[in-house]
Amino acid sequence: MTSVEPGGSEVNDTDAGYVDGNALAGPLSEVFAVDVTTATSRCANCGCTGPLARLRVYKHAPGLVARCQQCGSVMLRATRTRDAVWLDMSGAVSLAIPVGET
Amino acid sequence: MAFISRGFHGRRPSAGTKLPPGQYETTGFPVLSAGPTPRIRKDDWQLSVTTETGKRHVWDWAGLMALPADSPTVDLHCVTKWSKFGTQWQGVSLDVLLADVETSAEHVLVTSYGGYTTNVPLADLVDGKAWIAYGYEGGDLAPEHGGPARLLVPHLYLWKSAKWVSGIELRQSDVPGFWETAGYHNYGDPWREQRYQGD
Ligand SMILES: [Zn+2]
Repeated sequence: MTSVEPGGSEVNDTDAGYVDGNALAGPLSEVFAVDVTTATSRCANCGCTGPLARLRVYKHAPGLVARCQQCGSVMLRATRTRDAVWLDMSGAVSLAIPVGET
Repeated sequence: MAFISRGFHGRRPSAGTKLPPGQYETTGFPVLSAGPTPRIRKDDWQLSVTTETGKRHVWDWAGLMALPADSPTVDLHCVTKWSKFGTQWQGVSLDVLLADVETSAEHVLVTSYGGYTTNVPLADLVDGKAWIAYGYEGGDLAPEHGGPARLLVPHLYLWKSAKWVSGIELRQSDVPGFWETAGYHNYGDPWREQRYQGD
């Protein structure tokens, strides 16, 4: 296994056409450094799009539950356990997160 | 410090032993919810028990009321760390509901109006350990606390006591529910502090 520094530009391209999870380190550190509430999401249930800031977030719960402002289905969940943040985005087709231009 | 002041004021000397690790006592009844509160009219309410073969048993509100009721007094333990002692409920034991249900399943997925789910081993729902509760402290169970009826399985963390219960699915295989797929423990025993996966 090839080790790659987080944020490094090198990734270990394999013949199978994929790279290992280290390739996520750079993008993810950037995601969590920005205000994701400005990201645009698409609901997997009804297809509507809008900024995360417009979702309905239920926070008096064991985790944060963000629901679609149109159809009410769960788009995103975030749970803080002892040593991890669990993110479930199975209710969102995509998240478009504004970042600086390259 | 809290332990000393509790003893000093002579309040609830037994509270320490009733409190699972990491919990604190509250006298309020916090409302936790992962979504909008469903408003289910008793006329429209149904509870189904579905077996692993697909056989479905259904009770409407009158059917539930016709069953013998219990009045359990139990302590509640929420994974968000509050515990509430001596709550009084009225409801039907799962032993009564499952009496005529033939099954060899070991797992249950509990479903609710509004889409919530949670998984519990069948063994934890029988032998006087769980109820379909519709009364609280002498009155109807309020919608924000799960009315008209919720599951009550007080020996596990309260997220297992599904509010607005609508279905009991008996299954051969275990399947994680809403919080169990989001980092919370599959079983949730407060006395072993099974809050999160890996605990
Ligand atoms: Zn939607």
